Amino acid sequence: MKKLNRWGVLLGGALMAASATCAVAQELRIGLQEDPDALDPHRARTYVSRIVFTSLCDKLIDIDNKLQFVPQLAKSWSWSEDNKTLTFKLRTDAAFHDGTKFDAAAAKANLERAMTLPDSMRKTEVASIASVAAPDAETLVLTLKQPDATLLATLSDRAGMMLSPKSFDAQDSGSVARQPICSGPYKFVQRVQNDRIVLEKFDQYYNAKDYHFARLTFLPIPDTTVRLSNLRAGGLDMLERLSPNDVAQAKGDANLKFAPVDGLGFQEVFFNLNNGKRADTNPFKDVRVRKALELSIDREAINQVVGGGIFTPAGQAFPPASPYHSAKFPVPGRDVAKARALLKEAGLTTVKGELAFGNNTTISAIAEMMQAMAAEAGIQLTLRPTEYAALLAEAERGNFEVMIRGWSGRPDPDGNIYSFASCKGSLNDGRYCNAEVDKLLNQARVTPDETQRKALYEQVETILHQDMRNFFLYYQPWPFVLRKNVTGFTPSPDGMIRLKGVALAK
Amino acid sequence: MLRLILRRVLVAIPTLILVSMIVFMLQKILPGDPVLTLAGEERDPAVLDYLRDKYHLDDPLPVQYGAWVLQVAQGDLGKSLRTDVPVSTLIGQKLPVTLQLSVMAMFFAVLVGIPMGIVAAVRKGTVVEMGANVAALSGMSIPNFWLGIILIMVVSVQWQLLPASGYVPPSQDFWLSIKTLLMPSLVLSTAIAAYLMRHTRSAMLEALGADYVRTARAKGVSPRQVVLRHALRNALMPIVTLVTLLFGELLAGAVLTEQVFTIPGFGKLIVDAVFNRDYAVVQGVVLCVAVGFIVMNLLADILYILVNPRLRHA
Repeated sequence: MKKLNRWGVLLGGALMAASATCAVAQELRIGLQEDPDALDPHRARTYVSRIVFTSLCDKLIDIDNKLQFVPQLAKSWSWSEDNKTLTFKLRTDAAFHDGTKFDAAAAKANLERAMTLPDSMRKTEVASIASVAAPDAETLVLTLKQPDATLLATLSDRAGMMLSPKSFDAQDSGSVARQPICSGPYKFVQRVQNDRIVLEKFDQYYNAKDYHFARLTFLPIPDTTVRLSNLRAGGLDMLERLSPNDVAQAKGDANLKFAPVDGLGFQEVFFNLNNGKRADTNPFKDVRVRKALELSIDREAINQVVGGGIFTPAGQAFPPASPYHSAKFPVPGRDVAKARALLKEAGLTTVKGELAFGNNTTISAIAEMMQAMAAEAGIQLTLRPTEYAALLAEAERGNFEVMIRGWSGRPDPDGNIYSFASCKGSLNDGRYCNAEVDKLLNQARVTPDETQRKALYEQVETILHQDMRNFFLYYQPWPFVLRKNVTGFTPSPDGMIRLKGVALAK
Repeated sequence: MLRLILRRVLVAIPTLILVSMIVFMLQKILPGDPVLTLAGEERDPAVLDYLRDKYHLDDPLPVQYGAWVLQVAQGDLGKSLRTDVPVSTLIGQKLPVTLQLSVMAMFFAVLVGIPMGIVAAVRKGTVVEMGANVAALSGMSIPNFWLGIILIMVVSVQWQLLPASGYVPPSQDFWLSIKTLLMPSLVLSTAIAAYLMRHTRSAMLEALGADYVRTARAKGVSPRQVVLRHALRNALMPIVTLVTLLFGELLAGAVLTEQVFTIPGFGKLIVDAVFNRDYAVVQGVVLCVAVGFIVMNLLADILYILVNPRLRHA
């Protein structure tokens, strides 16, 4: 009888083990704010597509929550003495979803595609690479035109994602996007535009045991209320970008876990300084008026009223999570008297200006608060809410005086500042230009040493604070919400959803 | 009958050309640059130029339009600028969704609207008629998106009875598919039901006041028979046409309802495409909707002839 009992225990244990493996046969449903664009890492452009890529496509290297580089497809890497050669040692046990092996030749083919594909969005990111060599299956050597401090960060994002070279079709660059074949923990199954993207566990993944879902479904649900309702009703297991209005509701629901993290991006207010006719008539042409506007704004009030407490006030381009965040630039407080004094110094008592912004609930509420706060300092803002695509065109054409815009953020400091503040920067729609800033920014690009580089960025920020190209409102948070039974998830400052170790509890 | 269909098809061609031209022009008038929107945060000037060139966005408008017509004439609707998926594939994915939603919404609307209209006409001047009128007025004036959100909050979040949003094809799970579309189709049907109720009521009132009804009553036909066989049959003729035309409208996509319930149908496809300035998708889908609308119009004419024997030999 006793023996039988022991057998019973064993059987029970086996059953439990079986149910534990059954835990693998589960699905995780993730609610996204938008439908991702083309699922081709070399052509993709949106934040939301990067979330999908994180599970679909492994990169040469990854970044951890402290923004340090960690191995992924590359086991290790080293720089040459002159910082012009970067050598990677690659994993030998990685495979693509079509079964072919990942090796240095495949990595070379991918980097070359990123460099040469006519509609590659990665071209500027990898512009410093002169040539790529694969001397043996596990060694990848990048020879650079000049030292590039941003390159590792670049290769920890889409430019470092590896597709199966077999899937490249010279005739039709769109074929990759329709059926992406990468080497990540999950492989592509199906996509219905505006509805769902389905991925399935890739059993040959070198680290497959750390990934506990059989299936991932990404569901784009643009309406934030509906997205949250779905989560509460159990139609989703987690969602990204909760609306700040709903923070209290998410915190109050016993079935949910609220997991926000300060991101790497920011929301900024920038001025038209030199872009077209409106720059000449811009009341903010005088730097004192620009400073007065900044001093009239109470960022903490915006955080509390609109941001639900997750809009951490910002005073510089680099968020607190970044090693380049400097204590030298504290967030300026509100000072209406000083703002008025500055206007007086400029020979003005009232200023009339126009604030343009993207037409969504959160930004509209911020614009209205700014209007009320600026009015107390004597700056009368008229508000011009504009549909997003039209806003982009207006910004580029210079049809604005002052504008609010957001940036999703990059782990490398260059990504948060260069295209905004350099004379020919692609996002420098206010056409701010200062030769000294350009010089320092270019110097920082080729300076690999973190301390030296930080000093350069501090010099840049000092000039930018004097010139007032813009001012920052807050750091873009990534507010995730999960159902209580989702365990093991840690939000990353880059806003990606890393599913290693994440599981569903019973 | 065949001649009527043939004539209608011929008339449809210039209509389609006109529709496509208007849509094409409207898109070009819209502020915003598709390539800039496409690029989003990644604005590499060389790539932007390449894309403008690739999609012929710098060509003169008539050239762009001509190229598109030529392409469509060969049966190719082009590819989405945003995702590279062929527009015909997108339409193939979304059309069944919108059809199912439209059929379900129309089913509920007819089920509620027409009987309510009959009752309101027969019980004219009573509390019943007033109730029906109030219901119809609320149906017309309650905004769909509001009703949708409230339903989600109550039925899905509080009671957890139905899925909050999304879509499941019936081939995958028939009952789940019906359950997912239940709320959105009910929401969609409210306005249509109200519309049908008002029209049924007035058509019935007219019919009930007609000479043949008086004659039937005088002959001693039972009130039930009078209403159902004499009055309703005549009153239904304009209603049948109306249902067909409204169905055509439903096919154009229920933009707000689809947005609230995240249903991947035509309405959502078109709205997203407009916001992304995805020209090829907007043009392809509008063309498809226009064809659908023309077909429904034709169907309305044919049905009208079928239910009205007097027209058959005219």
